[in-house]
Amino acid sequence: MSAPATHFNEDARRVAPDTRHRGIIQTAMGKYEVVRDQRKLWFQDWQGARNLAARTKFESVNHLDKHLAEFTRNIEARGTKVHWASNAEQARNIILGILSDKQAKVIVKSKAMTSEEIHLNDAMEHAGYEVVESDLGEYIVQLRKEPPYHLVFPAMHLTRGEIKDLFQEKLNDAPSDDPEALTMVARRALRKKYLQADVGITGANFAIAETGMISITENEGNARLTAAVPKTMITLVGIEKILPRLEDLALFLPMLAVMGTGQALTCYNTMYGGPRQLGEADGPEEYHVVLLDNHRTTLLADAEQRDALGCIRCGACLNVCPIFRNVGGHTYGTVYGGPIGSVITPHLRGLQQWKHLSYASSLCGACTETCPVKIDLHHHLLQNRRNASALPTGKPSFFQKLAFKFFAPIANKPALWSLTTKLSRIGMKLRGLVNGSVVDPVQAWTKTRDLPPIAKQSFREWWKEHGK
Amino acid sequence: MSEREIIFARIREGLSIKAHAHYGDGLPTTEEHRGVMPPVGASIEEQLALFAKNASDLKATFKLVKDASELTAELRALRDTEKWQRVATHKSPLAQTHSAALGLATLVADDGYDKHDMEQCDVGISECDALIAQTGTVLVTSRSAGGRALSCLPPHHIVIARREQLVADLPSAFALVKRTYGVSYPSMISFITGPSRTGDIERILVLGAHGPKKLTIFCL
Amino acid sequence: MFIHACLGEFFLSPNRCAFSKLSLVMTVSLFIPCFVDLMYPHVGISMVRIFERLGHKVVVPKTPACCGQPAFNTGYWDESRAIGVPMLEALKDSDAVVIASGSCGAMMSVFYPQLFAGTPHEAAAKSVAAKCHEFSSFLVNKLGVTDLGAKFPHKVTFHDGCHGLRELNNKRPPRELLANVKGLELVEMGAAETCCGFGGTFSAKFPAISTAMGDVKCASALETKADYIISCDSSCLMQIQGLADKQKKEIKTIHLAEVLAQ
Repeated sequence: MSAPATHFNEDARRVAPDTRHRGIIQTAMGKYEVVRDQRKLWFQDWQGARNLAARTKFESVNHLDKHLAEFTRNIEARGTKVHWASNAEQARNIILGILSDKQAKVIVKSKAMTSEEIHLNDAMEHAGYEVVESDLGEYIVQLRKEPPYHLVFPAMHLTRGEIKDLFQEKLNDAPSDDPEALTMVARRALRKKYLQADVGITGANFAIAETGMISITENEGNARLTAAVPKTMITLVGIEKILPRLEDLALFLPMLAVMGTGQALTCYNTMYGGPRQLGEADGPEEYHVVLLDNHRTTLLADAEQRDALGCIRCGACLNVCPIFRNVGGHTYGTVYGGPIGSVITPHLRGLQQWKHLSYASSLCGACTETCPVKIDLHHHLLQNRRNASALPTGKPSFFQKLAFKFFAPIANKPALWSLTTKLSRIGMKLRGLVNGSVVDPVQAWTKTRDLPPIAKQSFREWWKEHGK
Repeated sequence: MSEREIIFARIREGLSIKAHAHYGDGLPTTEEHRGVMPPVGASIEEQLALFAKNASDLKATFKLVKDASELTAELRALRDTEKWQRVATHKSPLAQTHSAALGLATLVADDGYDKHDMEQCDVGISECDALIAQTGTVLVTSRSAGGRALSCLPPHHIVIARREQLVADLPSAFALVKRTYGVSYPSMISFITGPSRTGDIERILVLGAHGPKKLTIFCL
Repeated sequence: MFIHACLGEFFLSPNRCAFSKLSLVMTVSLFIPCFVDLMYPHVGISMVRIFERLGHKVVVPKTPACCGQPAFNTGYWDESRAIGVPMLEALKDSDAVVIASGSCGAMMSVFYPQLFAGTPHEAAAKSVAAKCHEFSSFLVNKLGVTDLGAKFPHKVTFHDGCHGLRELNNKRPPRELLANVKGLELVEMGAAETCCGFGGTFSAKFPAISTAMGDVKCASALETKADYIISCDSSCLMQIQGLADKQKKEIKTIHLAEVLAQ
């Protein structure tokens, strides 16, 4: 078993029975479900919208070279410097290079999962820069020195009391545990940083090819400020975020908001296409866009699962996933969790090391049902399992394969099945003697669940007697 | 080979295997977009009413004003209630005139400003490009609304709009942007839908996270 | 398939025969999956009784005892095909195959074509898949039957097994059938569509997660104060009942077929 798989199992075993954690997440998700379902009704035809979104992303991803080229040409025309990073290290070096060039000291960041992906904050802090996350949830988990819990709600797992204690400890500023008071604490602290920051780093939700702009969706206004005040702005964005036309945002901005937070639109949806232009009152003097591959092209090459590149990072699949709800965001141990993370991480970080996420699913399909761009998520998990079975494997998989090989003739031959039926009656009685203990072969089940007996007469045995 | 060329080569290689289009081919038309999105009435009255309702739900203040003098009166009333001391605005006919009428220290963004001064302003007064009825959204750009910071740094953002600026829906708004700026786009285009907010603490709604806590839209 | 007027209708009590005066007498090939065979034979027996009361002929072809889903779901598609090929062979002459489980129903009617795509059995897989139906879906969508004259005077809630719900779109048929059961009161649970946590080998590979999911399901069911949880999937019911029994919770599970046979 790979190290990530071992960690996953340990964390899952610890978090899944934690009813306090379960309660917090259930409550948060419950609130989300109510507003999300109301908002879906606001659309005339939500299912139709999903089809249009799926078609748009199909076109985007399957002509990625054409659209990326157009995007680059258009954004460069406005004085933006576009950089290309094949992997995390290159992306980090490009950004560190800009910071060094600008002799930066303080960096303010708005939410960027790609920056988590490439471990940018660590690299910047190691290099001696002061880095401040401006999104409230990200700010909170940054203070706690832990990764974000969820794509959209980084601090979903924390109560107001925990946040109050955190602010008291780290900021010496926590008047009460009232969410508004706590938010104002962060507002005050961050305002100083926006003014201090030499460089603002953002992510992007979309990259528009037709007009050469990136688009950022947010509620707090922290990205607006990150992009307005500092003299240098950097946007880190995955190459798959491309949309062909400006008007495609008319569909995607509301769909992202509905699925992400249950809103019609988030507070600020902003397109940035360059540094401060002639005649503009303010804005960064330099604008850099760092385009990140980091194995997105590996996923692209898998034609069966290519649609997973259409992900708009709305978090809806995480929200509906019973596994996510019960093990929580940190258990995944990698930047992208939930169903989408389980699908793409093997492509981004290796199947051998990360296949376990594809097995840690009951394949219920709630994710596929909810995905606004109709990614075939749970079937991709099955495909990852199929692909994993072809890998050179260790002992556990070897025995598993053998078990399935032996099962076939038992299932196929009536005489063998009949014999197995009779033997299993005896076996179950014997097993019953050690029920739930370490030597119980089905202890994984019986530790928490009773097992029904093998019936005195199986259906097939009954049919032999009573059938025609 | 540059890194760009290396990445493009990988993309082309990956795309050499064709994927199956499960949901049909071709980019959606505007008609198709409108067919799935919420419908919006055709008349100005319906659209104004829809914008007003949306603004209210979003906890933004929306007021129709008859004329310039009514607007001045409204702004002065706000100045007194909220005890403004410094105003930020930009060089546009409506915004600058009405800001001047307040008789306060005024920062005009286009003249160049110190960011610390902008941060000290109690209110930012700007014009806009459009009001979008479908979503209760104010459309601003860095060219039409005094840059980037004016509409997000001061804690109260006031928008002076004109009735003619009302558009029905998002597709109309994007079409307007292309018509107005198609030759040379501003560096920032922002769709503002209500005052700033967050739900990051226990998913409880709090206004004024980092952007303006208050958004007031006057429509002449 | 024998087509003649359902004369048998006139000799059965009016409660028993269901839908139209003229009905097709069919030969129903019943597939009883491994765990139903071994642990829940009454589910299969109930199905036999129901089809016979409706005047149809029931046969149980000599198929493998398993549909091959465990191997398929674990990624061992060769081993799954080793069971699937004899299954296709055994069912090739069947008119209608009725499957006593939503998850096996999905395996055979949805996944067999994928499992055999690009193999010499591709056409056979598509042909068999087209004839496969889950039990409740077969009754309602194929036979047009929603009233079996059953009686089950209890307060119940329904658990939507994931495969049946999402692969087979089987939300309404079980509810249409339950609506006509005399004395039955159906109260929907909040988490009706949430996975119970069984997921086949998942339940043993990730027992802590599986248990947590089952706990959420049980809690939602208990909130309805129903006496019974009904489902089209015995595997789900095994998970739910197993948890409930271990925790000494007062709730009983029963398969839809057993209710309809009452």
